[in-house]
Formats: sequence, C-alpha cells, structure tokens
Amino acid sequence: MVATVTNGGAAASAAPAIELRGISKAFGPVQANKDIHIQVQKGTIHGIVGENGAGKSTMMSILYGFYKADSGEILIDGKPTTISDSLDAISAGIGMVFQHFKLVENFSVLENVILGAEGGELLKPSLNKARKLLTRLADEYELNVDPDALVEDLSVGHQQRVEILKALYREANILILDEPTGVLTPAEAGHLFRILRGLKEQGKTIILITHKLREIMDVTDEVSVMRRGEMVATVKTAETSPTQLAELMVGRKVLLDVHKPPAKPGKVVLEARNLKVVDKHGIERLRGIDLDIRAGEILGVAGVSGNGQSALLEVLAGMMPGTGTVSMNGEPLDLSLRHDNARTRREDSIGHVHEDRHRCGLILDFMAWENIAFGYHYAPEYQKNRMLMDNHAIVEDTKGKFERFDVRPPNPMLTAESFSGGNQQKIVLAREIERNPDLLLVGQPTRGVDIGAIEFIHKRLIELRDEGKAILLVSVELDEILSMSDRILVMFDGRIMGERDPEKTNAQELGLLMAGMTGDTA
Amino acid sequence: MSVKSMPKWADVLLVPLLSLIIAFAISALVILAIGEDPVRAMQLMITGALGSTYGWGYTLYFTTNFLLTGLGVSIAFQAKLFNIGGEGQALIGGLGVALVCLYFPWPHWSLAILAAIAASALAGAAWAAIPAFLQAKRGSHIVITTIMFNFIAASVMNYLLSHVLRPPTSMDPATARFSDNVRLPRLHDILDVVGIEFSRSGPANIMLFVALLACVLGYILMSRTRLGFEIRAFGQSEAGAHYAGISGPKIIMIAMLISGALAGMMAVNSVMGGPQRLVMNAVEGAGFIGIAVALMGRSHPIGIIAPALLFGFLYQGGSELALETSIPREMIVVIQALVIMFTGALDNMVRMPLESLFSMLRRRA
Repeated sequence: MVATVTNGGAAASAAPAIELRGISKAFGPVQANKDIHIQVQKGTIHGIVGENGAGKSTMMSILYGFYKADSGEILIDGKPTTISDSLDAISAGIGMVFQHFKLVENFSVLENVILGAEGGELLKPSLNKARKLLTRLADEYELNVDPDALVEDLSVGHQQRVEILKALYREANILILDEPTGVLTPAEAGHLFRILRGLKEQGKTIILITHKLREIMDVTDEVSVMRRGEMVATVKTAETSPTQLAELMVGRKVLLDVHKPPAKPGKVVLEARNLKVVDKHGIERLRGIDLDIRAGEILGVAGVSGNGQSALLEVLAGMMPGTGTVSMNGEPLDLSLRHDNARTRREDSIGHVHEDRHRCGLILDFMAWENIAFGYHYAPEYQKNRMLMDNHAIVEDTKGKFERFDVRPPNPMLTAESFSGGNQQKIVLAREIERNPDLLLVGQPTRGVDIGAIEFIHKRLIELRDEGKAILLVSVELDEILSMSDRILVMFDGRIMGERDPEKTNAQELGLLMAGMTGDTA
Repeated sequence: MSVKSMPKWADVLLVPLLSLIIAFAISALVILAIGEDPVRAMQLMITGALGSTYGWGYTLYFTTNFLLTGLGVSIAFQAKLFNIGGEGQALIGGLGVALVCLYFPWPHWSLAILAAIAASALAGAAWAAIPAFLQAKRGSHIVITTIMFNFIAASVMNYLLSHVLRPPTSMDPATARFSDNVRLPRLHDILDVVGIEFSRSGPANIMLFVALLACVLGYILMSRTRLGFEIRAFGQSEAGAHYAGISGPKIIMIAMLISGALAGMMAVNSVMGGPQRLVMNAVEGAGFIGIAVALMGRSHPIGIIAPALLFGFLYQGGSELALETSIPREMIVVIQALVIMFTGALDNMVRMPLESLFSMLRRRA
C-alpha cells in the first residue's frame, strides 16, 4: 500500500476506481475465482489476460452483478459497494460491453441507447437527450453512428460503438470490454483503440479483457494476468513483454512462433472453379471462387468473419449446396442439396474440423467416445456385425486417441461438455486427423482454446501437412494465418480479394484486403 | 460452464419419487375436501389394483397399453420429435387389428397375433407418416399436425364404426365380435403352464410380453445400432447431425414411423386382448398417458417400464375407487392429472431445490 504513494500526489489522493479484495467464487466443485485481489487505477486502461477458464469472465460477472461472490468485497472509488444485480452496477458507474452484443436488432440506434433507461412514460424527451449526446460524443471520440439507422443494418464495428454509447448514456465511468476485437478488422480495432484512448483522457477507466497480447501491449497502461482462477500478477505494460505475459498465463515457457519446415507442395488435391453458394435466406455467400489446394501445403484463408469463409468450408464439406465445379483427386464432387453429402465427403477423404465445435463439431451431451464415432459411425472397425455397433471397440479407440492427442482428463465416458475448450478441440482433431484425410478443412482451430493447446494443435496440423496432406485453414486470427499458412487467400464479401505469400506480406496489407480494398497493382 | 450438481441416482429416482409423493399429497387433500378418507381411498386403490390376481390382471393390461404408447413417444422424443399423435395412431392401429381379425379365417391365435401386430403397426406408422412427411419436407410443426391427426382419426373411426363396420342388425357403433380362434392367451392361460394360479377374468395377455420385448429391442436400437446413434445425434443437435452427414428428413421419417408403429401395436392389446371387437374410442386416452410415461421415464426404453406400471395401477385402482366409494370417476382423472403434472410438467419444481441441496451438501463436505 505504502509503495504506491511514491508515484506522486495524484495517486495518493485518488482511490482506485475499482478494487477487489479477496473475491472467491465456486461453481459446485470448480473454484472459478480464488481470493482475487486487484486495483484498477482511475483514468487508466487496464488489461486482463488469461486463458479460457482462467476466471476472467467470472470475475467480470461478479463485478457486473450477474454472480454473487462467495466471499470478498468490492470497492468503487474506495467505497465498499454491494453489487447484487446489473442495476447496482450501472448506478455504481460501471458499463459493460459484452463479447456478444445485447442489442435489439430491429430497433434504431437511438432506441437501443435508451432501452432500459427511458426515464419516463414518454419516449420523446429521452430520445432527444440521447440524440444530443450522440452528436456530442461523435465529435469528441470519433464515436459516430447514424442515430436513426436500424442496428441490423450496421456493421459489427458500428454495433459495438452502440454498446459503448449505451454505457456512456448511463453515465458509466468505468467501462469493461470483453474480447472487443474478436469480430473486428484490424482497421476497426485500431479505431476502437483510438476511442478508448480518448475516453481515458476524459478520465474514464477502462478494463479490457482479451487474449490478444499484441493489443494489450498496444493500448493498456497496466495488465493483470489470471491463471486457474487466481490473479498471478499485475504489471506495468511498459515493463513487460508478450513472452513474459504468455509465460505468466500458462505457467511455463511457451513458443509463440510456429516452427515449420518449408512446404513441399505436390499435386493439386482439390480444385474449385466458379464456386457459388446461395444460403437458404437467398443471400449470396460465395460469388464465384476459384482455388486449388495442393498436397503438402496449408492454404490459409483470412477475412473478417461473415465474408463467406464459413460457406466455403461448408460447401466443400457437403453441408451446403452450391454451383460451379469442385473436384477432389480428379473426381467431381456432388454440390447438390443432398442431406447426406457430408457423409459422402468423408468417404472421399475430406475431413472437416467445423469452426463451431459446440454446435456442429461435437454433440455436447454425448459421451467422448460417442463423439469419436460421430460422423464415422459407419466405419467398419466400429461395427460388431451387420446390425450392431461395437461400442467397446469405439471406447478402446477413443482411449488410444486421447493418449496420442493428450486429451485431459483421458476418460472416454465423460460428456463432451465436461471438457475444456482446448480438450474439446483436441477430441475433434483426433477424430478428423486420424482418419488420415487427403484434405482437411479446418475452421477457427484455436478459437476459445488455451495457449498450451494452441501450440499442440498447430504442431499436429503441420505434421499432417508434412505427411503430404492438403489443409485448408480458415481463421479470423491474422497471426495464426500468417504463421501457419504456406499461401494466403483473403476473402471479402464472398470473393477472393487476392493471394499473398506469408513471407512477403504483413498484417497491414492483409487488413486492407480484408476490408475490401485491393492493393493489387497488377 | 454447466456444473452437474446431482448424482445420477437422484436424477433418475429421487426426482420422480418426490414429485409422485407431492402429487399424492395434494390428491389426499382433494379427497379430504370432498369429505372422503384419503387413507381408506389409498388402501382401496392398492387392494383393488395389486391386492389380487384379478386386480393384477387389469393393472397389467393397462400397463401393456402404456408400455407401447410410452415407448412410441420415447423413441420419437429421442429425435426431439414431440409425437402427441399416439392416440390417433393407436385408433387407426385398431382398425388394422379389426380388419385382420374380421376378414380372415385364422386357424390359430398365434398366426392371428402376428398378422394383427403387423397390420396395426403398419396402420399406426401410416397415420404417423403424414405428419412426419410434412415436418421433414415442409417444416410443419409435428406437435400441431399430430394433434390435428388425433381428431381426424377419431372422426374417421366414428364414421367407419357407425356406417361401415357395424353389423347391419346391431345398434351399437362397434364391429362384430371376433371369432374365438383369435382369442389371445391371457395370463391365466400362460401362468397355468408353469402351475401358477392367476385370475381367469383379468384381460392382461400375451401382449404384455410382446410390449416388454419391444422395450428391450427399443433399448438395443437406441444404444447399439447406427440408426439409434443417428436418431439420438439428430435429437441432441440438428446442426451437428447435418455436419456428420446424417440426413435430417430421413431420421424424422424413420423415428416417426417407429413411433407410430408402436402406438398402433397397442391396439392389439386393447382390441384383441380386451373386448375382442373394435368399439368406439378403443384407446381410452392411452396415447396421452404414453406422453406422461415417456416424460417420467426420461424417454428411456427401459426407464418407462416403472411409470407404465404406475399408471396401470392408477387406472385400475381408480376404477375400483369409483366402485367402492362416493368418490366420482372424474376424481380419478384429477389424481392422474396431478401425477402427470408433477412428474412431467413441473419437473423443475422438485429438481431445482434438490440441485441446490446437493450442491450445498457437496460444498460442506
């Protein structure tokens, strides 16, 4: 306590904007937060990093009144405060911008801003008040959004601004942002950080929860690291490095860079010409894609999510119908709307790690061994006879896969739901990689996966490539695309904007392509 | 993160048991309120349903109905299809039974039962096929269509019984009696072989064993076969099934056909094993009780056996109660409704306090 006084007079007089003392929270046998102490100084941007399941979200939910802590206390501006619901949090001046926006899609921006804070029976006065505020904020912080636009017509970046405006309308002094850049282009993220810096200069306090260490280094003043429910360190950003933070998060040395030998591309495995996809709402998702994927290479597809990458994966995996021609090992693929095309694709040696493992890749209520058979339940080695499946053989096979992929806990009888994100992804990868497919489609392989598992997953994918298999890697993480790919395609609005060599490009150039701007001079 | 706070035994046994006790407690209050003695009522129900082989003969007869309709609902429900049409499917199944029994000169019951099972299953499945097709191809909600099909089935049967199938000399909207050759062996006849005395008049018959066998086969289907795997996968996650190359429309059709066939088979028991002719409303609500049985048995093919027996007991005990006391027959329906409400619809009312109790105990330990 005494040590901080040396910072000068200002620090001594101002109590921290937020202080948590000894916060603990358990869910059943799981200790999500263990004796958390943290001080967030007024007028700073404070980063919180940690792997999935480290307890960041639980801590923020306690601060926002979603959960009640089992013990410990919360101090706002030095005063002990009880926060038992989100109304308490708002009146204490806390605003929250969630990872998944909580906006009413068919309301206008203004209506969303005043929603829940109408302040009377008639809407007109508060709508006018909100309109004035919006105009003022637009000038001050580059927070410009059309007040009368419907939220559903806004881009993701603009929707996020509406969330920030909502918090400011409620006079928030402390703004918490949970993984704010996951859905943004690099340019939009840059814009967001300019907004945050502007807010900081006005004396607002900002808490930034993220797993992107680069952002932490860019924008924060201080950073706290959480690991397994505990607060392991709080350091000044200027005095730390990404490597040190990663080590603190994982608790051991981590290789942030991927080491891979040069690719030896072979023959073309999959060839797509003029591939188009219209989804069931009639929206054109792919507007004519041409691509070749060769044996022994990783073809990376970069792009902001929602620009056709999902449709590309799903049409190749037989989950969506399309037009054009696609051939696999020289044989044309059926692009029609057949409901079991996904199964035929597996027989054609195409594996698929779906980008959404919770919705598609796994059946969460199924046991792990059932998930290992999932999609391959017709495999001959899983059958006892013509009528019955050999459940015992699947369980044994699962045990082997769990050992080779280091899935923890190695218990085939647990439901998929009870594994951590990284281990769930390893289950999916074990299932798909060990089928030895000629082409593996991979969507967001490390989304919601902890750093230790990311390292492992990248290593296995490169091993598969070096065995001469083709891999199509779709990811919104530019770092992942840059470090894993042998060639990079950038997608925007259902089209391929260009191809780049990862050795000769950088995040800025890709970012421009992702935003639809062709830098091609050719 | 979801934390499973209750051990499995509590989920499977304790929750339904507590729900049942609450339902009975409220029933007791209602019986008190109309000026009868709940303890005597309970005694009457128990002796009436379980106190004699005569009572058992009826209890198990009703149980057979509920096993088949309950199993049908369960299998559709594993595919997340809420087949409320068991009643209609069983009614049409009855038509299949009647046609087979009336218009073929069967030399022996054993041949007749095979044909009747096939005909009733076919008829029930056909009746389920239309809503299933509408769901699979058009997305018309199965709950709505199957309810509608219950009404259509009832009207069709009314028409057929009063205009087509009724013998010209009869005033009763029912078919003629089946020949004695198609009389199914009752428990009395079966147990007689091994030397056990059983009442001659209880209608429980060989279909009880067919129904139990169906439960075992249903269990094997769901847990050991590719089809069962696909049905469960589809039920848990439609998107996931699509990813795995499992055809949704195909699963909807197959699950509903099996479900309708099982509901239809129930008519073999209630028509051939019961009055031996097809009467108006031969199903007597067993299709709806099947929903309660499936809910209580967590849609598990073996798990539904105990609730089917419970409802058999309630049906038989209830009718004894109406005979022996001034408690009206409608009262029995109230008791049954309370049991359905607490075990099926109000499941969470018991579950949530129990869950917090268990997590509290665990934290203390």
